[in-house]
Amino acid sequence: MTTTEHLADTVEHAAATPDTAQPFRELGLKDDEYARIREILGRRPTDAELAMYSVMWSEHCSYKSSKVHLKYFGETTTDEMREHMLAGIGENAGVVDIGDGWAVTFKVESHNHPSYVEPYQGAATGVGGIVRDILAMGARPLAVMDPLRFGPADAPDTRRVLPGIVAGVGGYGNCLGLPNIGGEVVFDATYAGNPLVNALCVGAMRVEDLHLAHASGTGNKIILFGARTGLDGIGGVSVLASETFSGDESAGKRKKLPSVQVGDPFTEKVLIECCLELFQSGIVVGIQDLGGAGLSCATAELASAGDGGMHVDLDLVPLRAEGMTPAEVLSSESQERMCAVVEPSNVDAFMEVCAKWDVIATVIGEVTDGERLVIDWHGQTVVDVPPRTVAHEGPVYHRPIERPADQDALIANTPDALARPSTSDELRETILKMIASPNLCSRGWVTEQYDRYVRGNTVLAQPNDTGVLRIDEETGRGIALATDCNGRYCKLDPYVGAKLALAEAYRNVAVSGAAPLAVTNCLNFGSPEDPAVMWQFEQAVRGLADGCVELGLPVTGGNVSFYNQTGSTAILPTPVVGVLGVIDDVRRRLPSGIGAEAGETLLLLGETRDEFGGSEWAHVVHGHLGGQPPAVDLAREKLLGEVLAAGSRDGMLSAAHDLSEGGLAQALVESCLHGETGARVVLPSGADPFVMLFSESAGRVLVAVPRSEELRFTDMCTVRGLPWTKIGVVDPDAAALDIQDVASIGLDELRTAWSGTLPALFD
Amino acid sequence: MKIGVITFPGTLDDVDAARAARYAEAEAVPLWHADHDLRGVDAVIVPGGFSYGDYLRCGAIAKFAPVMTEVIDAAKRGMPVLGICNGFQILCEAGLLPGALLRNAGLHFVCRDQWLRVENAGTAWTTRYEPDAEILVPLKSGEGRYVADQSTVDELEAEGRVVFRYVGNNPNGSRNDIAGVTDARGRVVGLMPHPEHAIDALTGPTDDGLGMFLSVLDAVVKA
Repeated sequence: MTTTEHLADTVEHAAATPDTAQPFRELGLKDDEYARIREILGRRPTDAELAMYSVMWSEHCSYKSSKVHLKYFGETTTDEMREHMLAGIGENAGVVDIGDGWAVTFKVESHNHPSYVEPYQGAATGVGGIVRDILAMGARPLAVMDPLRFGPADAPDTRRVLPGIVAGVGGYGNCLGLPNIGGEVVFDATYAGNPLVNALCVGAMRVEDLHLAHASGTGNKIILFGARTGLDGIGGVSVLASETFSGDESAGKRKKLPSVQVGDPFTEKVLIECCLELFQSGIVVGIQDLGGAGLSCATAELASAGDGGMHVDLDLVPLRAEGMTPAEVLSSESQERMCAVVEPSNVDAFMEVCAKWDVIATVIGEVTDGERLVIDWHGQTVVDVPPRTVAHEGPVYHRPIERPADQDALIANTPDALARPSTSDELRETILKMIASPNLCSRGWVTEQYDRYVRGNTVLAQPNDTGVLRIDEETGRGIALATDCNGRYCKLDPYVGAKLALAEAYRNVAVSGAAPLAVTNCLNFGSPEDPAVMWQFEQAVRGLADGCVELGLPVTGGNVSFYNQTGSTAILPTPVVGVLGVIDDVRRRLPSGIGAEAGETLLLLGETRDEFGGSEWAHVVHGHLGGQPPAVDLAREKLLGEVLAAGSRDGMLSAAHDLSEGGLAQALVESCLHGETGARVVLPSGADPFVMLFSESAGRVLVAVPRSEELRFTDMCTVRGLPWTKIGVVDPDAAALDIQDVASIGLDELRTAWSGTLPALFD
Repeated sequence: MKIGVITFPGTLDDVDAARAARYAEAEAVPLWHADHDLRGVDAVIVPGGFSYGDYLRCGAIAKFAPVMTEVIDAAKRGMPVLGICNGFQILCEAGLLPGALLRNAGLHFVCRDQWLRVENAGTAWTTRYEPDAEILVPLKSGEGRYVADQSTVDELEAEGRVVFRYVGNNPNGSRNDIAGVTDARGRVVGLMPHPEHAIDALTGPTDDGLGMFLSVLDAVVKA
């Protein structure tokens, strides 16, 4: 028997050898899942089929533990909330109508585990994957954002992981020519062995150009285009390879490659331009990117979403390694590949466009009658499956859920007894300590490695609260995007914590002057096999969905990442929430820096309560986590958003900055430093200065109002029932933040404290 | 007045360069890397990005592109040519400008708003600036450290061919704080910072960069 014959585990061979032992457990399948595959097929699966089912039924691809909970998003979304939605959950990315004939699509996805193993490539390919998702909707990718979470800033492994991840995000995104317009950098000990790399991409297209991924029309050709398929990113499927090669590495004369994929951003940039030209020519029936599970996923999903079957000849797939097995070709996660469905009469035109961009394109199969996905290799059938069973009918689990036994103790351990600064010296010292702490200090060291200018439509980016992009150069219509999540709040109360994450992202969009329109998410949690983690997950999903109902915003898509834990310790529950807003004219956007006009008045909108549970102050000063997170009032957030939009539209505001971690002190310092302008602040008489400066009560925004507009703006707030407090004035001559009876700190001293931390740790 | 903007595979800032040309009320003409054709333009911009991925030395492959043969010929005849960032690297590789660009001293990609001093307001691309004017434009590059041998640097300094110099801080370790240089005739200019990202205070730190695109209109009219 030759090697080739031995490798070809055909359908025929599988049917004839029902008792052959298969390494399904090593591939991550449970006994009952393997039994179900045998039941579906009426025989044992071939190696190639086993590879397909094992990746497609993995937690990452099948959402088997989260599905039953995610349904709640759909159940709670009303027709009214769907008003602006053109495509939603189930598509590659959600799409919303932003007006003027523009459709915007956005999505965030995790690439956590690869980024721990190989920080640069893990992060780079995370960006590459989400960009292809957006491209597959028919949109031009326009910008990226990256919410990141790391272990303690001063931990040795963070020094390994963070610079690599930041360089990977930048290296890939910069080379694609996509501005990076925001994101997060958060440090917490629970992320030490499990950093989070969430990548968001936003794109736009004309409404009529929306492309949904499906394979329809018998005889239409399946074209694979982009990079060649290699041995990288094969992951668990290599078990099959070693089985077949009997562990004899020399027999195949090839090395095992790491299961983290390697990115080539130049190929992706060319692929983007090539795809956009193909879309423009109107010669694509359906398109799908190749991401997790590679060709298995793309063919099964295209066929499953269409109205026919599909036949693919694997021998036609351009390879970059010799001796690949069919299972490896199907499971390879080589980057920068796309799969299109094209009518036969358009194949030549398709090839011409690809040739112009030097993109390799190959017809690998066609849409067929019937309902089977059939894949041949060396003239023999190695896959013959109903595609829906691979792509959409994977296992569904109702995992046990149990509120953690120590949750009550956590809540009972309130921050009330923690020693608070009281003298002006102590308050001054606390301000400087807080702004230099890793979660509050300048992100400049990170964001300076990202190109925020390319394509010339970035209106706001870091260090502002939100990224604002111009979409239409004629009308000035644009979008605002923010992502947020405070994992400590979610740990204390995942239901409220998820609502707080939504509230903060919503508020961050609103402070730019934009109107929030849609929500996406990336739900990062520990192991779903831990009932306490599933409780956190269920609570967070409900909190987020209920919050969206209160705000009237649809969740247009999302991503779940489980198994984020080190040993038995799960990460803080981290449901990252992204909010997309629309602004009819980006020229009226509000920056966070004050001082655009002389003598602006500083107003604090919203109410400040004594709320320190899960606060940055408790964490930085006392290493404490306990009590209740701040209260959340989404009706108030909505009112705040309306007031900010009206203020921006009528020219009543010159700057606005959200209050979140670190409270008013942090917002004041940042607004002064961003605007390179001093301010004189007088805290309300009778108020506890410590609570005023450091509480993290939600629903608050610091605004700068030109003196001529002060009365008109405060009248509007009063009429609409939004509490406001005049807390000071902008003082361009002072070069200091002067908080009466508390401290006067020079801008230079503030800047040194705020901006020195990350360079000292990572340069 | 037509300004050509070259697109190589991997070019990123071509849309920005074209927009800058339009803001200066010139017609922006797209030029494709594989064509031996400058389509009748009066000036050429070689924009930023990562031509052909720049997996070799930055700009080393781009200099062999068919369109570059035409650009080199046209530059020798006196056509104004501007290389921005990757374009500057390409013009150095192509021998139109002296020196080379190496990895930043800090090893990181750097994206920041950068103050520059206009050291030579007499080139085809800088006549709209006052001599010694200070302008604020974005810098964004990983390999922006300008180097040349001592005699070349001495010659550039002596002949006033340093067009832009970094002010305040040197972001990448460039020799003599050099941000941009010109050829002996003052027609070909290359710089690492991005004037095309500073043509409108809405999307850039300032509109200080627009002067370069207005300057070349004068240069072409005079010629």
